[in-house]
Amino acid sequence: MTALLEVEGLEISFGSLAAVRGASLQVNKGETHCLVGESGCGKSVTALSIMGLLARNGRRDARVLRFDGTDLLALNERAMSRLRGNRLAMIFQEPMTSLNPAYTVGSQMIEVMQRHRGATRAAALARAEELLARVRITSPGMRLGQYPHQLSGGLRQRVMIAMALMCSPELLIADEPTTALDVTVQAQILRLLSDLQKDLGLAILLITHDLGVVARTAHRVSVMYAGEVVESAPVAQLFTKPMHPYTRGLLDCVPVPGKVRRDQPLGSIPGMVPRMTQSFRGCAFVERCTLARPDCAGEIVRHRLAAQHDYLCQIPPDRVTAP
Amino acid sequence: MLEFLARRLLVALLVCVTVLTFAFALTRLAGDLAISIAGAQATAADIEIIRKAYGLDRPILEQFFDWVGRAVVGDFGQSYFFRERVSKLIVDRLPITLTLGLVGLGIALVVALPLGVISALNEGRLADRLISVVALLGQAMPSFWLGLLLMITLGLRLGWLPISGTGTWQHFVMPGIVLAFSAIPALMRLTRSGMIDAMGSDYIRTARAKGLSRASILLKHAARNAAMPVVSIAAVQFGFMLGGSIVIETVFALHGVGFLAWESISKNDYPTVQAVVLLLAIIYTLLTLAADLLNAVLDPRLRAS
Ligand SMILES: Nc1ncnc2c1ncn2[C@@H]1O[C@H](COP(=O)(O)OP(=O)(O)OP(=O)(O)O)[C@@H](O)[C@H]1O
Ligand SMILES: [Mg+2]
Repeated sequence: MTALLEVEGLEISFGSLAAVRGASLQVNKGETHCLVGESGCGKSVTALSIMGLLARNGRRDARVLRFDGTDLLALNERAMSRLRGNRLAMIFQEPMTSLNPAYTVGSQMIEVMQRHRGATRAAALARAEELLARVRITSPGMRLGQYPHQLSGGLRQRVMIAMALMCSPELLIADEPTTALDVTVQAQILRLLSDLQKDLGLAILLITHDLGVVARTAHRVSVMYAGEVVESAPVAQLFTKPMHPYTRGLLDCVPVPGKVRRDQPLGSIPGMVPRMTQSFRGCAFVERCTLARPDCAGEIVRHRLAAQHDYLCQIPPDRVTAP
Repeated sequence: MLEFLARRLLVALLVCVTVLTFAFALTRLAGDLAISIAGAQATAADIEIIRKAYGLDRPILEQFFDWVGRAVVGDFGQSYFFRERVSKLIVDRLPITLTLGLVGLGIALVVALPLGVISALNEGRLADRLISVVALLGQAMPSFWLGLLLMITLGLRLGWLPISGTGTWQHFVMPGIVLAFSAIPALMRLTRSGMIDAMGSDYIRTARAKGLSRASILLKHAARNAAMPVVSIAAVQFGFMLGGSIVIETVFALHGVGFLAWESISKNDYPTVQAVVLLLAIIYTLLTLAADLLNAVLDPRLRAS
């Protein structure tokens, strides 16, 4: 299992807001790594910072940021653009606005391959058509000539996926690729991503807040809370032996048929994600945690349960009771 | 696209008909034409003769349709003041105005577009602020004053350009600069805001995620979307340049349509006034039409709706 993407101690800030505070994660070759967490916990900015696509007011810093052995921190914009779209691709959370309204689907798809592979127009068009068929778009040839406004949200997202695959990237970062879509399309797209992964040996960093999606697709899961990765584990471990109180809270929120509690809104832990500043010390989850202790305000220990499973909480493994 | 075109043409036609009516009504509302043509010393008998001679005694509708009937074939009658066919007056002077307008628009675009883009790419930084301040100062400067300033420096001191007249292309450079000056700030601001919007948009993030070159991101993906408001305002500005260049035509002694409008209004030469008003309205309409078509070429969404 070789690491394709290694992120250690990632810090992202927007002015005084510390959006990500020392997050670490690793995506192995050919694996799906799911990044889960509540809205606003920093999933998207983590993904964007890996791609080097943070908004202008965002600052990125990290101890390690490596892609297939290449130090991304040392690359300038030019060198980074040789990787982007080529070996490293991303699908965004906003399918409606991510395509350029002024150009046809075909024209937007082929330019990636023309740029990175020096492909001819005809070859790139053939590839685009093949990929559109691959993401189950009917009459792909006709779609190539259409403009984004002529496509539904589901189709646009599939176009984005197909476009991301044009150069057969090694890593695909998919930021909630299915949230904007209806349930049947969601299932199709997820199946599609896992098929593509098997066929192409693609590694996927999949951002979602749907634990059902995690259970179906992930090899490994990282749980984010207020800019930190609070727990990271292989998917089976995480579901059977969640250690961090937040992870346990998240899992409790998954509606189990016949066990849905009526007094609590679906999929929520009481309280809100706090707004973090750089000067914050201690555990960010403390206000919502039922197990909070006085030492939660101090330096928090990262406990290691197994080689592949760690979590960020004062409570040692032997004191965590089975869920 | 065909339907879009047909609808735009129909609107343009309606505008022209409306303007035709107004151009006619305007001169009738200004008072009894026969009296003003006859002049201050005229007797009542003189006025009656003039009324007959110019057909002003006929029913107003008959006069209107008569005028429209001639106007559509380009016959605007005889100018009272210049003693010439109005159509000839216009044909003589239109090229001067058009040349001046084109030179002005050209200079304005060449200056405003790059400055707007540079401003946008340096949003909030020194270059952006400097450019805005200079644009503001430029806008505050009256055009006759700028005209005189240019004449003194480029014309008299340095002797690079002729000061007045229409003989060569050099004659149009100074007035062109002055005309451009008034259009540059608006064009630049729209270019800047359009580029800022575009550069912050999700599709530009996509373009960057695809690893496209900076040139392709700027020129292919951002510029095309930023161009639309600029095209619209450029058409309006061009219209102003053609119709509103009276001051500049006066300062530089360029006898174009603007100057003709001024002369004919002050002399109560109503056939000429009507023709000039109509001509400018048609030019405006055509410019708007051209801008709409150009925008439809740029934005596929416009073609659909
Ligand atoms: N360009 C920006 N400027 C200022 N703050 C930003 C910017 N982008 C993100 N943030 C802030 O950073 C934090 C993390 O945002 P992010 O978009 O990563 O959340 P997320 O985990 O992806 O949430 P969601 O599930 O809603 O997509 C939020 O507090 C957000 O407001
Ligand atoms: Mg997000």
